[in-house]
Amino acid sequence: MALATRAPSATRAPSVTRARPLWVRSLGYWVFQYKRTWRSSLSTSVLEPLVYLAAMGIGLGALVDHHVHHVGGVSYLAFVGPGLLASAAMQVAVSEATYPVMGAIKWVKTYLAMLATPLRVVDVLRGHMAWIALRLTLATGIFLGILVGFGLARSWEAAFALPAGVLTGLAFCAPVAAFAATRENDVAFSVIYRFGVVPLFLFSGVFFPITMLPGWLQPVAWATPLFHGVALCRSLVLGDATLGISVVHVAYLVALGAGGYAAARVTYRRRLVQ
Amino acid sequence: MVAAARGTPGAVASAAAPSAGAQDTALVVARGLVKRFGQFTAVGGIDFEIVPGECFGFLGPNGAGKTSTMRMISCMSPASGGTLRVLGMDPATDGPRIRARLGLVPQEDSLDLELTVLDNLILYARYFDIPKAEARRRAASLLELAQLSERARDKVESLSGGMKRRLTIARALVSQPDLLILDEPTTGLDPQARHLLWDRLYRLKQEGVTLLVTTHYMEEAEQLCDRLVIMDHGRFAAHGTPLELIGRYSTREVVELRFATPREQADALALGETAQRMEVLPDRILLYTADGDAVLAEVHRRGYAPVSELVRRSTLEDVFLRLTGRRLVD
Amino acid sequence: MSTTPAGDTTRGTTSGTTLRITPAALLGSRRAVHMVERNVYVYRRSWIFLVSGFFEPFFYLLSIGIGMSSLVGPLRVGAETVAYPVFVAPGLLASSAMNGALFDSTFNLFHKLKFAHTYDAVLSTPLTVADVVAGEMGWSLLRSGLYALSFMCAMAALGDARTSWAALCYPEALLVAFAFSAVGMATTTYLRGWRDFEMVMLAIVPMFLFSATFYPLSVYPGWLQAVVRLTPLYQGVALLRGTDLGSFQWAMAGHAAYLAILGLVGLAATRARLGRLLLP
Repeated sequence: MALATRAPSATRAPSVTRARPLWVRSLGYWVFQYKRTWRSSLSTSVLEPLVYLAAMGIGLGALVDHHVHHVGGVSYLAFVGPGLLASAAMQVAVSEATYPVMGAIKWVKTYLAMLATPLRVVDVLRGHMAWIALRLTLATGIFLGILVGFGLARSWEAAFALPAGVLTGLAFCAPVAAFAATRENDVAFSVIYRFGVVPLFLFSGVFFPITMLPGWLQPVAWATPLFHGVALCRSLVLGDATLGISVVHVAYLVALGAGGYAAARVTYRRRLVQ
Repeated sequence: MVAAARGTPGAVASAAAPSAGAQDTALVVARGLVKRFGQFTAVGGIDFEIVPGECFGFLGPNGAGKTSTMRMISCMSPASGGTLRVLGMDPATDGPRIRARLGLVPQEDSLDLELTVLDNLILYARYFDIPKAEARRRAASLLELAQLSERARDKVESLSGGMKRRLTIARALVSQPDLLILDEPTTGLDPQARHLLWDRLYRLKQEGVTLLVTTHYMEEAEQLCDRLVIMDHGRFAAHGTPLELIGRYSTREVVELRFATPREQADALALGETAQRMEVLPDRILLYTADGDAVLAEVHRRGYAPVSELVRRSTLEDVFLRLTGRRLVD
Repeated sequence: MSTTPAGDTTRGTTSGTTLRITPAALLGSRRAVHMVERNVYVYRRSWIFLVSGFFEPFFYLLSIGIGMSSLVGPLRVGAETVAYPVFVAPGLLASSAMNGALFDSTFNLFHKLKFAHTYDAVLSTPLTVADVVAGEMGWSLLRSGLYALSFMCAMAALGDARTSWAALCYPEALLVAFAFSAVGMATTTYLRGWRDFEMVMLAIVPMFLFSATFYPLSVYPGWLQAVVRLTPLYQGVALLRGTDLGSFQWAMAGHAAYLAILGLVGLAATRARLGRLLLP
C-alpha cells in the first residue's frame, strides 16, 4: 500500500506537482491501481455492451419488431441501445462508489494512507470522484462507440450522449459514496442494488417507454434520476432532443450530483477525521 | 480432563528422548517428523514427546519450522515423512477424532468478525457437537475467565488485539481439550495483556491441561515451560528444561560493558581471557562467566573505564542467541 | 467425540494405520450441519440481505408483465401459444437460481477463504474439508430454496404459472442452484484476487442473456443455437420451462442429468482444491 500511495506524478516531476492541486495525487492512486487491472476491466467494458445489445436489441428486438414494428418511432435496438448506455453508466457509478469506498475506508484503508500525507479529506474525495468520472468517460465512450458502430446515431448530437452518460453516472456516484462512507459493513449495498439499481433498471424507460406504466406510477418514474439519464441519452443519440426538456434533465442530474457531493464532503469528514 | 488422570509426574524432567514408559502415556510422539513444501524443507526430521500435564515449548526464530510442526500436530497439515501420533492416533486417518480433543490457538486470530463475542464461543462449541445449552454454560464461564463478560454482546470487530487474543484462547478451551496448542499466543500484545495471559495459562496448567506453546519471547518460555526445544532451520538445536539449557549453553552470569568509543572497545578485547566466553557486539562486549562480580573487579583492576557496566543472570535469550545466531533470519 | 470412548484412544494405535478410512462420499459427516448453523448465525444479523432478495423476482416479473408483455406479444412454444410473461417466468426462475447460487459460492466463499479465514478455525475442530463443502452447499440450497419459493409465489400472484406442474419447478430450481453452486465454488478456489471476478462476470452475463431466458432459441442462427444448448443455464431454462408448461420431453431427463453431473463434478473438484488450499 505504501508503494501505491506514492502517486506516479510525485516521482516524475516534483516541481510540477507543487503547482497542481492536491487531489490530483489522490486521482493518481486510482489511475495507478487501474493500470494493473485495465485489461480485464476494459474487456468487460467492451463485451458487456455488445452482449446486452445483441441479446436485448437484436434477439428480443426481433420479437418486438415483429409484433409492434417500432417502439417510440424506432426499431427496438435503437430504442433500447441508448437506454442501456445510461443504465450502464448508473451501474458503473454505483459499483465504484460502494465497495471501493468501503474498502478505502475499512478494508484496504487507502483513504487513511492518503490522509497520512499532505492530502486533506476533500482532496481524497475529489480525487476519487474524479477517478469515477474518468471511468465513466471510458465506459460511456466505449458504449457510445458501439452504438455508432451499430449505426444507431442519427446526428452529430449523438456526441453529447458522452457527457450526458457521464453526468448520469455522477448523479449516482456522489450520493451513493456519501452514503457508503457512513456504513459499517456492506450489507446496505445489496439493499441499494435490490431496491435501487434493479427497479430503476427495470422501470425507468430503458426497456419500454414509461407511458406503458400504470398512470399512478408514471410520475414516480419521472422523479427517478435514471429516467432523466435515459431520456436525455436517448434523445441525443436518436437526434430528437429539444432544448427545453434537455435542460430539465440536465438540471435534475446536476442537482442530484452536486447535492450528493456536498453530502459526501460531510460524511467523509465525519468518518475520516476523528 | 482425561489428561489429569493420566498424568505421570516422573516423566517431567526427561528430555526429548524419554524412557519407554513415558512414550506409552505421551500425548504426542514424533519420530523423524518431516514437512516439505515442494523443494523447501520446513521441518527436517525431529523427534519429541509431550507428556500429560507438562508445558512444552517450541522456541525459534521466524521460519524455524515451529508453526509447521504445530499444524501437523493439530492435524491441519499432513506430515511429509516420519511418524507422528497424537493422543495415540494417526493424524492422517483420525484427524476429526484427534481434533475433538485438541484446543488450538493459531498464530493469527481466525475469529468470526461478523459475529458477537458470545456467538463465536457458542458456534465453535457447536462444531464439537456440544449441545447448545451446555455450549452457553461453557461460553459464559470462559468469558469470565477471559475477562470479556461485559463484551459478550459486542461484535468481535470492535475488540482490541489483546481482547481478541483472549477470546481466541477462550474459544480453544470451549471443548475442554486434553492438549492446548498455542502458536505465539502473546505476539503483538501489550505487557499488561501478556501478563494476564501468562497468568491464565499458568492456571490452566495447574488444572492439568497439557500445553504446547511456540514463542519467541524467552521470558514467556522461562515462565511457562517445563521443557522446551530450540528450533532452527527445521531442526532442534537444543532441548531441555530452561535451567538445563542455561547451564549447558551459557554461564550463570553475564557482564555487559559499554565503552565511550569504538577504539576503547577494541582495546578492551583483551578482557576475553577473564571470562569463559566473550561476545563482541557493535555497541558492547558481553563476558560470560560464573561469577560476574569477580570479572567486573578484574576489569576495574586492569584500569578499564566502561561508560556503563551491568552484571546480570544469564537468561534463555542468551542461549537462544548463541544457538540461532544474531543475524536476522527473514 | 461421541463416536470414540476417550479412554482407549491412547493405546489403540495399530488399527488406524492398517485401515485407512478416507471420509466417505461427498456428503461429509453429520457435523456439516454446524456449517449451516454458522451461516444462520451470520445472517441472523444481516437478515435484510436475505429478505431484500425476495423482492427481486417481483420486480422482474412485474416489469415484464407491464411493459415487455405488450411489446413482444404471445409466443409459440411447441404446439401452443403463450403470453410473454408465461414464457419468461420459468426461465427467469432458473436464472435467478443460478445468480443466487453463484453469488454465495463465489463472492462469499472468496471472502471467507482469503480474508476472513473462516475455515481455518472450522478445520481446527472435528469438522473436515468434506464437512465444510457439504455444509456450505447445504446452506446455499437452503437459501436458494427460500428464493425459489418467493419467486414461485410471485409467479402465482401475477398469474404467470400455467399448470399445476409448475410446483415441480421448485426441486428443479434447486437442482440448478446445486449445479451452479458447485461449479461456482470450484471456480472460486482458482481465483487470485477480486479483479478475477470480472472474468467470472464475463462468463455469467452472456450466459444469462443468451440462454433462451428472454426469447426462444429459434431467434438465433443455427450454429449459435448449438453453442447455447451446451450452456448449463440453457439446460436449466429448458428443464423449468418444459415443466412449467406441462410439456414433458425425454430431453428434459438429459437436462436434469447434465445439471446433476455438473454439480457432482464441481463438488468433487471443490473438495480436492479446498483440501490443498486449507490443509497444505
